[in-house]
Formats: sequence, C-alpha cells, structure tokens
Amino acid sequence: MLSVTNVHVSYGRKIKALHGVSLAVREGEIVCLIGANGAGKSTLLKTISGLLWPESGEIVFNGHRVDSVPAHRVAALGLVHVPEGRRIFPLMTVQENLQMGAFTRPHAHEREKRLRWVCDLFPVLGDRLGQEGSTLSGGEQQMLAIGRALMAKPRLLMLDEPSMGLAPLVVRKIFSVISDIHRSGTPILLVEQNAQEALRIADRGYVIETGRIVQEGKAKELLIDPAVRAAYLGVS
Amino acid sequence: MFVSGNVIFEQVLNGLTLGGIYALIALGYTMVYGVLRMINFAHSELFMLGAVGGWGLLALWPGGATLGGICVIFFVAMVGSGLLALFLNRVAYAPLRGSPRLTPLLSAIGASLFLQNVVFLWRDSQLAFPPLFVSGHFHVGHLDVSFLQTFIILISIFLMVNLTLFIRKTRLGKAMRAVSQDAETAELMGIPVHRVVALTFFIGGALGGAAGVLNGLYYGSVKYNMGFAPGIKAFTSAVLGGIGSVPGAMLGGFLLGLLESLGAGFLPKPEWKDVFAFVVLIIVLLFRPAGLLGKNRAEKV
Repeated sequence: MLSVTNVHVSYGRKIKALHGVSLAVREGEIVCLIGANGAGKSTLLKTISGLLWPESGEIVFNGHRVDSVPAHRVAALGLVHVPEGRRIFPLMTVQENLQMGAFTRPHAHEREKRLRWVCDLFPVLGDRLGQEGSTLSGGEQQMLAIGRALMAKPRLLMLDEPSMGLAPLVVRKIFSVISDIHRSGTPILLVEQNAQEALRIADRGYVIETGRIVQEGKAKELLIDPAVRAAYLGVS
Repeated sequence: MFVSGNVIFEQVLNGLTLGGIYALIALGYTMVYGVLRMINFAHSELFMLGAVGGWGLLALWPGGATLGGICVIFFVAMVGSGLLALFLNRVAYAPLRGSPRLTPLLSAIGASLFLQNVVFLWRDSQLAFPPLFVSGHFHVGHLDVSFLQTFIILISIFLMVNLTLFIRKTRLGKAMRAVSQDAETAELMGIPVHRVVALTFFIGGALGGAAGVLNGLYYGSVKYNMGFAPGIKAFTSAVLGGIGSVPGAMLGGFLLGLLESLGAGFLPKPEWKDVFAFVVLIIVLLFRPAGLLGKNRAEKV
C-alpha cells in the first residue's frame, strides 16, 4: 500500500540525506526502520509525508503518487505521520489537540465518535480533556500524539521514535498500544532506536545507515542477525 | 491641579476609546506574528486605507450617511483592507517564505511606503471625515458621556468578542491557533497552513480597516500618513500584551490607551503622555520580557 522507490533527498545543494532508498509497507504489516542518529530515518518519514520533497524517486500510496505533494494533502489521503518529539500543541487542551487530528474528517458525528473511541483507548486522555497539552507528562504527551493521529482515521500510521525519552514502563505501554492499533487493522511504519522492542512487535524491518538501506528482512531474522545484534541490540 | 471624579471618568473614557482602536490594530500585528513570526510593518497602511477608503465612500451619501450607510462603509472598509492584506501576503511576503527574517521585513517597509505614496498621489491633504451621526452626549447621573466614544468602544468590543469566539470555538479558529503553535505539525494534521496564514492576514487586515474608520470618525479627518503613529502605538500594545497572544493584544491596546489619556490628563504637560506610556512599557518588559500575557514556549522533549 506504500511503496518508496529509489528516493534521493538533499538538504540544500550539498548535504545529501538519502541516497536511493526503497521500502514498502504492505496491508496489515508493522514495518520497522532502525538506524543510528543521523542515518536518515526522520528524513525518510518527512519525505513520505510530504514535508520534504525528493529530488528523484517515486512514492506511491494506495495508488496515488505522493512525492512532491503538499503534506496536508498527503495527510488527507490517510497517510498520517506522528513526528519525532511528540509535537503536541502545547497551549491547546487535550480535546482541542484531538480535534485537530480529525481536521480532515468532514463529518462532525464521525469526529465525535472517534473522540470517544480514542478516549476509550487512552483513558488517561479522557480524564484530561480540558487540560492544556503542555501540562501532560512525557508519556501522556506521546499517548496524545498517537491518539491525535488516530483521530484522522489513518490508513497507514507512521510513528517517529515514539519511545524516545520515556521511562521503561511507559515504553512498554506505548509498544503494547502500537500492537493494539496494528491488530485493529492499521498498518504501521515504525521508526525506532529501541530496536529490540521495535523488532519484537514488527513483521519486517529495514536497517538504514547514512542514507542507504543496508539490510532488510523478517523482523525475527533481524533479531538474530549477528550484524544487527552487534550494531543495534548491544549484543555481540 | 484640581482633579475631580468627572475628569478621571472622562480620561478613562478617552483611554478606552483610544485603546479600542489600538487593540483592533494590534490584533493584526499579533495574529500575523503568531502564524509567521514576522512583523507586518505594512499593517498600519491597511488601517490608513480603511480610513481613507471610508472617506471615499462617504461621497455616496452627500446628505450624510444613514445608519445603513455606516454599515456599508464599515463592511466595505473591512473587506477591502482584508483583501488588500491578502494581496500583500501574496505579492510581498509569500514569495519570500524561507528566506532570512530580515528580507520580508524590508519587503514590508517597501510595501508600506508604496501604499502611502499611492494614496498621497490620489489625495495629499488632510481630508475631513464628517461626523456620521449625532455628535452629542448623554448623561449618566451627573456624568457626560459622548455618543461617539460609546459607539467606538462598543464596536471595538463587539469585534473583539467575535474574534475571540471564532478563535476559541470554530474549527478554523482552532486551526489558526494550531498553526501558530506548531505549523509543521498542523500541516501533518491535514491543515492547509498557507490558507490559514492567508485567512489570518485577511482577518487582521479587516480589523485594521475597521479601526481606520473608527479613527476617522473620532478625529474627524484622515490623511495618507495617518497610519504611522497609531501603527507604532498598536505595535507597542501588541508587545506590551505579549506578541503572538490575541488576548494580550486586546489588553495591551486598552492599557496603552488608558495610560496615554491618564498621562495626558494628569501629567504637568500633556505632551509627556507618550513618555509615560513608553516608560510603563519598558518597566513591564523588564519584568516580563514576553509581555503581560505572552507565554514562553517551553516544550518538553
């Protein structure tokens, strides 16, 4: 449903960030993209969601060419990107943050329904609907960021480092929520530095290094691959 | 100097009238700053054009405008200034997006000079803005209250209440706040940021145009260079209240208006009023650099 083919991206004229990246997410999959800082993970997600436009290459989502399409139009197709660092609207209430997530949904009753559904999924958000986003803890903010994305009725969810900076217990909760979302039928492209947890819930994985995909395969196989273990799982 | 209750009341009323006008203009500065982090220095010309445009329309009612006529004048001045703000955004600012911050600033100053000179070529003198309706007073107890001042205060409050409801309650208004807090993320939510920015320019321009007509009514004249002083005062109001904050611009506008008129009434020389107002501004900024209602955008990462 998402296919990225031979995508090249640069910042300015000189700094090349992606050198011909290809990747696919199929219906019903969780695919994880692992790599070190600066390898190009976030750049790739931003390119898929339309915040960055590639120099060359092709991105197709559900039959639509989406490379060089403005990000708000890509989001309207149901390709929803939860950016790194959560990026909730700090001065808006939890409820308003969630409402913004449903900006592309045309019908008020559907927006209401999804709001109730997200509050069931994250009771902590339901309890804090009137609170400003900036007053939430880091874990709650991440739940809000994911909940806000779910408000858009995503056909594919892209998560950029959802576990960053969170306590181990909260990380576990976030990963279990991600598997729940996946089980409810939404395919997921997950970018993570926490390769261990990410590969455990993923179907397939890609390893990215300095702007190139250097390895791909079933998540189970990557988990036992000696090179991956040495580089990303801290096991030798 | 003898100060009676009446004099204080009068100065407060003057201050609120002036403050309402400042606040309406300040909203245009603060809203555009909110979404683009840019000071639209041509904003004061939208105010001037609203006033001069209103003056031009008065010719349609040679015998003095009726109430319906006043509504038409307000409507046309607001829509006209709003559309002009859109045009300004399109030709002077949008092409420069992504360039260094100084560039759109210079473009704004250029646009400001251009607009002033266009009006100058059309009418280079002071233009009389006749009182549109009864310029009398009514009495509350033993206090004299001017109809015109009451009208100006009520109109400016009416516009601000509506703006607040729009920003707080409607989807588009919330989208505007979302864009001002994090434009990139708003875009990822499917919010068309460039259109929200355009809408912000339109609303800011429309409020400036309304302020222009009110100002014309209040002082009884308009001129091509009338935007400068109120523009600076309104910009100051926006900074005083906290630039980027909508309630801040309203508070700052009224506060500056009150400070000025109380300063003019009670200082030994009325010319010191601006000194007084700006000293207060400096003191406030020393203790609250983000302005009275400005928030330091602290974000958890």
